[in-house]
Amino acid sequence: MDVVTLSRLQFFLTISFHFIFVSISIGLSWWLVVFELSGWKKKDGEVYVQIAKFFSKIFAITFITGTATGIVMEFQIGMNWAGYSKFSGDVFGPLLAAEGLIAFFMESSFLGLYLFGRNKVSRSIHLLSIFMVSAGSTISAFWILTANSWQQTPAGFVINNGRVELTNFMDVIFNPSTFQRFFHTIDATLITGTFFATGIASYLLKNDRRVDEAKTILRFTIITGLILCVLQVMPIGHEHAKQVALTQPEKFAVLEAVQETQSHAPFVLFGIPSDTPSGLKMSVKIPSLLSIITFGDAEATIKGINDFPSDEVPPRLIPFITFRTMVVLGMYFILITGYGVIQLFRGKLFNGKGFLRLLVWSAPLPIIASQLGWIAAEVGRHPWIIYRVMKTAEGATLTLPAVNVLTTLIMFAILYSFIGGLYVYLIKREINQWT
Amino acid sequence: MDLNTLWYLLIGLVITVYAILDGYDLGVGLLHLSTRDEGERRVNLNSIGPLWDGNEVWLIAGGGTLFAVFPVVYSALLSAFYILFSLLLISLIFRAISIEFRNKSASHGWQRLWDICFGFGSISASLFFGIMLGNILLGLPVNEEQIITGQPVSLFNLYAIFTGLITVTLFTLHGAVYMTLKADEVYLHRIKRYVLIAWFAFIILYPAGVAVTFYKSPIMFHALLSSPLSIPLGIINIGSIIYIPYAIKAGRHGRAFTASSLLIASIMGFIGLSLFPAIVPSSINPLYSLTAYNASAGPYTLKVMQTIFLTVLPFIIGYTVFINMVFKGKAGIHEEGYSDAEKL
Repeated sequence: MDVVTLSRLQFFLTISFHFIFVSISIGLSWWLVVFELSGWKKKDGEVYVQIAKFFSKIFAITFITGTATGIVMEFQIGMNWAGYSKFSGDVFGPLLAAEGLIAFFMESSFLGLYLFGRNKVSRSIHLLSIFMVSAGSTISAFWILTANSWQQTPAGFVINNGRVELTNFMDVIFNPSTFQRFFHTIDATLITGTFFATGIASYLLKNDRRVDEAKTILRFTIITGLILCVLQVMPIGHEHAKQVALTQPEKFAVLEAVQETQSHAPFVLFGIPSDTPSGLKMSVKIPSLLSIITFGDAEATIKGINDFPSDEVPPRLIPFITFRTMVVLGMYFILITGYGVIQLFRGKLFNGKGFLRLLVWSAPLPIIASQLGWIAAEVGRHPWIIYRVMKTAEGATLTLPAVNVLTTLIMFAILYSFIGGLYVYLIKREINQWT
Repeated sequence: MDLNTLWYLLIGLVITVYAILDGYDLGVGLLHLSTRDEGERRVNLNSIGPLWDGNEVWLIAGGGTLFAVFPVVYSALLSAFYILFSLLLISLIFRAISIEFRNKSASHGWQRLWDICFGFGSISASLFFGIMLGNILLGLPVNEEQIITGQPVSLFNLYAIFTGLITVTLFTLHGAVYMTLKADEVYLHRIKRYVLIAWFAFIILYPAGVAVTFYKSPIMFHALLSSPLSIPLGIINIGSIIYIPYAIKAGRHGRAFTASSLLIASIMGFIGLSLFPAIVPSSINPLYSLTAYNASAGPYTLKVMQTIFLTVLPFIIGYTVFINMVFKGKAGIHEEGYSDAEKL
């Protein structure tokens, strides 16, 4: 394997592993705000304080694991992508710097105050500290999403002397895909945190432990979960898909398996990408639906893969499969939370052991859905590291011996397996100790 | 002052603040290996517990800021230091999870494992920082395309390892001085002894390091000695070294900490003065050196960054000072953050 492939694999490993903890902690941090706020100055607030104290332990483990794996991200772009960082530093650098200076400082500093300061500062300052952690981590996500969106839909720059030169910082921040992708990702983290909390509460309730707290958590999370999952599809997911169709037509054609440019484009429910003229084997299609859901008009034309130069078409199989699996999971999330809400109002949620077990097993699924979505988005950007500006192969550190990258890749793989295992062990331990 | 000079100063400031703040965390980590009982280990962890994560952000934000204002340096240096940075990142990962995971189980073996990871993670991180610094002082093979060539093995040369050792000693001294603010009774007595041991090691190694540097690259000292700023810097540098043991003996721990912080700052000041305007001197040809002018981002990016940085900095200083005030004073054995300890 060459240095470019190895660098891509390493980036995939380090960023996808990092994102697991990012998504859980952003989602959980807002739940901590909710529970701390509910327990604030209330006479019957004790149950909320107990919940918040418990979740703050889980949160601390998650956050620090996220921080530890996040340091790698800040330096790896220079280490493995020297060509890219030299070429695009004028635009991409300020976005990473803004994340560190504006957001990451805030969340990390206030985390210490929140975890260690419960008995050292007033209730209101303590409440403010967790709010600052949540706000900080959300703003942090905004800047990182801006940076990645700029790679997808670059704006606000010119190329001068072989390097990117910034011309309008606002155009960079508000590039054509920033908002769609920010809301989509933030909602994904909220869903992740919500399912995580739901899973823990269901587990406790199933085993008749901490029943009051578990019921309280579930009342909050099951309803919120349904709202978040519905919003993720409509309007957020829909708007994001429309934006991809408009700004990155190659990616859209690959995601939706559109081979020929056509109006009345069908929506593919199922299919296996192949080299046949239609591009699909064994497909099940709904006529015109793709044109309708994308542009609200059956007449609307969708560009097909055949209309693009073959060396500018992303790999077809991976984005198609990951994107579809993510959508299926999204539908499943709506069904399961919807059923949960119905059961809650019928007063049957808390004693249906079978359904509670299903909620426990569903807890990690949003993490998988997020990973699939990211794979679809990032593989769908290829062969570009900056869409239609720079190819990925030009961005890597080409002076690096491949064996060095292979060594670090193996090193990170071993280290992260170890950390991942420890994380699961510690979270389980915290849950079982909460009796 | 032009924008490039301003950014040279500001990047220097960020690195210096990082060295002062996380320097004591790393020093405490090293001292952690010499603790004698559970109580002392808890005091160590609780004295940096609420603060270390915020301190480490100076490194992360510094990395992003360097990327933004001197992208050519970020790109050339990080790819050339690939091995060093990989090892540094792994050290910092181990340090972070050790602090967080240690008290999650009361098992003795579990806790000792994380204590050792915390200690060695801190030592190796300090060592790699110093090795990087040594290589920059020596100059790196930067060619006319602003790319660093050459063999990664040469990064582990004797001079760089020596500067690495000095860095470890300096952080140990700084961390021990910090612990005099936090430790009590018997432990405080021993910490004071550690301060002296680290101080003696430092006053032997540091002048030797300066002498070797003078022998290796006398050109650096031309710039330094011709600058009027070198006199106040020298006074601060030597003054703070001499003052530390006096302050510790007199029980003025806060002043001792100020002195060891000034010591770190003055060393960084020397380095900046000697190198300016270069950030990475070229060992092939001085004309190829990466400087604040030929390796920087465009003027508009520098302006945008100036706006962001100078707007946010007062806030960062504000809440950092506030949070440090909250956790001022001696560290207890039992703290809220690691409350699992109550089970012991």
